[in-house]
Amino acid sequence: MAAEVMLMNEIEATAAQMGIDLNIDFSSIQLPPGENCGIISDDEDVYHDDQLELDSGFGNVIVVDNLPVVPREKFEKLEGVIRKIYGQIGMIKEDGLWMPVDPETKKTLGYCFIEYNTPQEAELAKEKTHGYKLDRAHIFAVNMFDDFDKYMKVPDEWAPPEIKPYTPGENLQKWLADEKARDQFVIRAGTDTEVLWNDARQSKTELVYKRAYWTESFVQWSPMGTYLATVHRQGAAVWGGANTFNRLMRYAHPQVKLIDFSPGEKYLVTYSSHEPSNPRDANRVVINIFDVRTGKVMRDFKGSADEFAIGGAGGVAGVSWPVFRWGGGKEDKYFAKLGKNMISVYETDTFSLIDKKSLKVENVVDFSWSPTDPIIALFVPELGGGNQPARVSLVQIPGKEELRQKNLFSISDCKMYWQSNGEYLAVKADRYTKTKKSTYTGFELFRIKERDIPIEVLELDNKNDKIIAFAWEPKGHRFAVIHGDNPRPDISFYSMRSTHNLGRVSKLATLKGKQANALFWSPGGRFIVLAGLKGFNGQLEFFNVDELETMATAEHFMATDVEWDPTGRYVATSVTSVHEMENGFNIWSFNGKLLYRILKDHFFQFLWRPRPPSFLTPEKEEEIAKNLKKYSKKYEAEDQDVSMLLSEQDREKRRMLKEEWERWVGEWRRAHEEEQLERQMLRDGEASDEEEEYEAKEVEVEEVLDVSEEVISFEE
Amino acid sequence: MDRRQRLIAYWSDIPMAAAKTSRKITEQNKIQQKLGTLILSEKVREVEAIFILFEGRRRGKMRPILMKGHERPLTFLKYNRDGDLLFSCAKDHTPTVWFADNGERLGTYRGHNGAVWTCDVSRDSTRLLTGSADQTVKLWNVQTGTQLYTFNFGSPARSVEFAIGDKLAVITTDPFMDLTSAIHVKRIAKDQTEQTEESLLVIKGPQGRINRAVWGPLNRTIISAGEDAVIRIWDSETGKLLRESDKESGHKKTITSLTKAADGSHFLSGSLDKSAKLWDARTLTLIKTYGTERPVNAVAMSPLLDHVVLGGGQDASAVTTTDHRAGKFEAKFYDKILQEEIGGVKGHFGPINALAFNPDGKSFSSGGEDGYVRLHHFDPDYFNIKI
Repeated sequence: MAAEVMLMNEIEATAAQMGIDLNIDFSSIQLPPGENCGIISDDEDVYHDDQLELDSGFGNVIVVDNLPVVPREKFEKLEGVIRKIYGQIGMIKEDGLWMPVDPETKKTLGYCFIEYNTPQEAELAKEKTHGYKLDRAHIFAVNMFDDFDKYMKVPDEWAPPEIKPYTPGENLQKWLADEKARDQFVIRAGTDTEVLWNDARQSKTELVYKRAYWTESFVQWSPMGTYLATVHRQGAAVWGGANTFNRLMRYAHPQVKLIDFSPGEKYLVTYSSHEPSNPRDANRVVINIFDVRTGKVMRDFKGSADEFAIGGAGGVAGVSWPVFRWGGGKEDKYFAKLGKNMISVYETDTFSLIDKKSLKVENVVDFSWSPTDPIIALFVPELGGGNQPARVSLVQIPGKEELRQKNLFSISDCKMYWQSNGEYLAVKADRYTKTKKSTYTGFELFRIKERDIPIEVLELDNKNDKIIAFAWEPKGHRFAVIHGDNPRPDISFYSMRSTHNLGRVSKLATLKGKQANALFWSPGGRFIVLAGLKGFNGQLEFFNVDELETMATAEHFMATDVEWDPTGRYVATSVTSVHEMENGFNIWSFNGKLLYRILKDHFFQFLWRPRPPSFLTPEKEEEIAKNLKKYSKKYEAEDQDVSMLLSEQDREKRRMLKEEWERWVGEWRRAHEEEQLERQMLRDGEASDEEEEYEAKEVEVEEVLDVSEEVISFEE
Repeated sequence: MDRRQRLIAYWSDIPMAAAKTSRKITEQNKIQQKLGTLILSEKVREVEAIFILFEGRRRGKMRPILMKGHERPLTFLKYNRDGDLLFSCAKDHTPTVWFADNGERLGTYRGHNGAVWTCDVSRDSTRLLTGSADQTVKLWNVQTGTQLYTFNFGSPARSVEFAIGDKLAVITTDPFMDLTSAIHVKRIAKDQTEQTEESLLVIKGPQGRINRAVWGPLNRTIISAGEDAVIRIWDSETGKLLRESDKESGHKKTITSLTKAADGSHFLSGSLDKSAKLWDARTLTLIKTYGTERPVNAVAMSPLLDHVVLGGGQDASAVTTTDHRAGKFEAKFYDKILQEEIGGVKGHFGPINALAFNPDGKSFSSGGEDGYVRLHHFDPDYFNIKI
């Protein structure tokens, strides 16, 4: 340190001599990430609330009322009882139990205060013991200490609520009316979160909104793109608006970790997990379901992580998210949770179980909703060493009738894939071979919309092939499978209703030896990106399934994510911060032409803004597809204008750059010539300046080699 | 058979010999082996003649010459003014000189006792100055390889450069123990017997290492850059700070390299912030910025065309953990004016630490963390790149 001080003095002294101003440049000071020096963006109110809570500091104190009133002799006994009840729930602080005594009668006053280590424990204690019957005359009334103020402030007389005049809200769907019909996406890199237009025609992005520290962990669009959700320590928030992003609503949920929208974006589910004060206990889980528009909590679920971990990936990380799976299309009518030997299905009219009881299914391990209808597909594994076969059932909600059931033998594992219109369900079943040493895979294909739900069994040509990926064509009747054990697996396409084989599944084609391990169908179907992520380093193949031909092959080196834009016009591939290098994203056209490429260090997320489902009827869509020429005329002219303008701009830009450069070069040449003499002196008169510049000059030299005179005689 | 015919016969035999061998000796190595014996018997001039023929034969293919002479990562490369010699420095203590056209090793300079960070050669190619981590800067006779003088410092020397006229040299030293980084100006005597240790000027540096210091126009200024990401211009007489690069527009991380244009009018700086910037040497005006995908360790400017070359790669410590392609150990070419990438030269399997252009602009060399120097002669296509 001493040396540094010396140095600073020295510099200052020298600086003073030389007359240099050594003022500190504050803008050069870099703060550690997360530090804001008390400079808060426009989230002040959030912080303010938080501050209040901290200031009172009684969040961990509860008040227990309706205790017996006891004289001094029995004081200790009562205290012991209370300590026993409340000590089970959490750690009571040292001197954290205080039971006031009437100074005159020396009797207790019938209530006490308990201070826990954490507010979570206090909450839990309140919940568990409110209404606890010590005996017939003494039913505990437990309140949070902080709530007292709140209740005291309730006015004695009811006043009718003030009716606020109606103010029309912003058009939250305005982005859909973009003149150029562009799509938006959100990216998160470093501390910044940006919403951008994909201006593919000009091969660039256009900023919509940018904000540093917008979220504390991630962002998420609502399923129809109306809202962008951010996650903070205090809870979640949603943002949206006509032209920019304003905060529309906040959802208080301390330490929220995960969020999930219902498909119709009416409800938001938030999740948090809290460390127990007793390390032997399981984590405490809190799940809230909010109404997105009003911000009201519709239902909350609290409990230990074990209760929510059933059917999850296996207890390591706790719950499998989402805990509640939404069903029944965009109406958000039902949601369900997997439990032990049951599936709990709730309805959003009452936010309670349908018929007040769960759907009992012994040993159920997995279920999934049809994306469009209130139908649950559930899977029960094999039991009793094969005596009781595994089964897949389709159950109709809310009636709970079983629509179809299929028993499966020698099953090791099972996965269910719904087609996006809910027309088909593919069940991938891994079966043991006879020796039980290995497994092979087959598919059970359910045709949901047909009478009696026919089931068809599909086995691959080589049924020992391992299945690497499976994907339905969105809104379509085809699916793609990556299979094989080789380092270069095969990809097969199947159709549920090919023209000559209606009602039967048939294979369309197999592509041999592809460097791919993931499938990404265009949202409009027909096109698919066969991607080789991870081990394949980002190989991309853009494939047309109608024509069964490869449109383009490309590579986005190290790519980790692939996402189609909601219209199926563009594909984004990105390298996120799981890799140290190459971070950023590429935008491709649907047929595999690289449009532009943006590099961003510490790149975390790329998400297209979803679009709500189209209002056009299928007939109308077909009509447009048929008469595409008519509709596209107007856009073609626009396209041409843009590209003309672009090349014009480009030329102009280049010309400017060249001119600017020429100016510099001229300047330098002039200075160089001016200094020529001085430079020669520095070199003791050696003059060879010209040689240094190595300018490529073409010099034509005419040299007379020989002159000879010849007398030519003309023949006459 | 006269000598010329013999040489041609020898040369025409070479590709066949290379095709026959299945061992992992490159064609170039093979040729060099043969030529090695040739050098012993023939004069250097004739070897050159062969290479001119050889170049003609394989015209159209830009095959690099791989120069394996260093045992440790390369640190610096420098061509002499005539462009016929290439000096290389590495962490293995021994600067080496090579023929710049065929990559033949001409000799080494033995005497340093630490990594050699930098070198510079006088305009007449007679004297070489090298700076080393052994806390010395040595002056050598280029031709004989003998040490002429040793300057001793209390800390490692990071960069050296002769001034115009070769009578002065600027040397930077690293912060070490309780010494701060410093810029020293030494007089280089014409007559070696008069050489002294004395510094004409010492500028106690800003915080952190100074990675590069070069002379400004007419030796009036010294331009320095280093770990604090700021480029400074100092008065070379008084040591007064004249200009500093703007923090907003300037580099954000350590500046690793700095190279001047042939006429000294502008210079290019490369930084770990994944960019290189072009500055006016007199006013320190930022003219261009070249963005890249990885930290820049080395920069070079073509003296012939409006091209700049950036070399780098991820940190050497992370190299072994990823695919060699992930490191991007490519020398990337950019259009100097339009700032657009125009191409890349692959080959190194470690980050590129050093780059240098031949003063004729027709070849360049790169030195890597992998210990190799790669010498690239441009093929004719290069001179017709249009964007």
